Amino acid sequence: MMLDPRLSVIENRLKGVGRIMAVSSGKGGVGKSLIAATTALLLSERGLRAGLLDLDFTNPSSSVILGVSAAHPIEDKGMIPPEIHGVKYMSITFFSGEEVMPLRGGDATNAFIEVLALTRWGNLDYLIVDTPPGLGDTLLDLLKLIRGLMFLVVTTPSRLSLETVRKLLALLRGVRAPVIGVIENMLTDASISVKGEVERIGARFLGSIPFDPMVEGALGNPKKLLETKFVEKLSEILDQVLKIT
Amino acid sequence: MHEWALAEAVVSTISRIASEKGLGEAIGVTIRIGELQQIDLDAFKFALEQLSSQYSIRAKFEFREEKAEFRCRACGETWPFKREDLDPDISEAIHVIPEVAHAFLRCPRCGSPDFEVVRGRGVWIESIRGGG
Repeated sequence: MMLDPRLSVIENRLKGVGRIMAVSSGKGGVGKSLIAATTALLLSERGLRAGLLDLDFTNPSSSVILGVSAAHPIEDKGMIPPEIHGVKYMSITFFSGEEVMPLRGGDATNAFIEVLALTRWGNLDYLIVDTPPGLGDTLLDLLKLIRGLMFLVVTTPSRLSLETVRKLLALLRGVRAPVIGVIENMLTDASISVKGEVERIGARFLGSIPFDPMVEGALGNPKKLLETKFVEKLSEILDQVLKIT
Repeated sequence: MHEWALAEAVVSTISRIASEKGLGEAIGVTIRIGELQQIDLDAFKFALEQLSSQYSIRAKFEFREEKAEFRCRACGETWPFKREDLDPDISEAIHVIPEVAHAFLRCPRCGSPDFEVVRGRGVWIESIRGGG
């Protein structure tokens, strides 16, 4: 018998968290991290207790979006995440710094379990999970390790993105994981919205966010980010999400 | 204190397994401690003692320390973990999340970051003996 003791405390670590939402897409480059980070910021702005967990271990970017520099978790019977603009925030970048950290699936799973077992979130209304692209290890680990997890799915108007989202939704439906709905990001004047396609798949279409060139200049500055058109539109979508969840 | 969180995981597991397997009271537990996680054994023992009383566990703990060993997936080289060669901040980061080793360590022969931790990663429960 060899037992991994960490698995026994994960539920306990998350017991003070009301709802856990994973922002997923299957495809990279669709704006998951930006939507995850700004959703957490918006929740906090609305007076809700919000946390953000970045699970993209090999390519974390939420620290850049939030402009995290000097903050660090406090070691106290585990790890207490620092608050960044009102959001409790945990990322492996606190430990790996700016080094490249290539991880195979088993190692990523181990790191994920360690983070879940160590992080003391306390009481939160929402924990937002920024997930890496792909339909592999991390997604399966999320489904296995976090009970009651809900999915917020992100696509772009591109068929390439939509095809991956279609597979993700089929996978989630197969395991009866709750899907809040699909957000279409980076809509341009030349785009044809995938609203109809999403609804044909049988998923709830939450809305489109037009491509906003001002976001790039606001990265690293949460206050400025919250003033963008991108966040204005996301905030409208969040109204629906809060009603559903 | 990271050791406290790991000790909490251990006593929580003992409590759950003793109940699930109908072991009655757990009387002996063997814990394997991998070198890579760099557990402070005294702090870990203290935390186990404190938490055991909270969980009404009176088991005797035995500890088996396991040296860490890496194997390069690219060239097959194997090598040991040498804490003394590391910057204290890096050592501390690996203590918290051992996989962070992949950010800072490389195969000493070919320089590849693609290596596995063959043994000695972290804390495992090897056995729980019940008193019936």
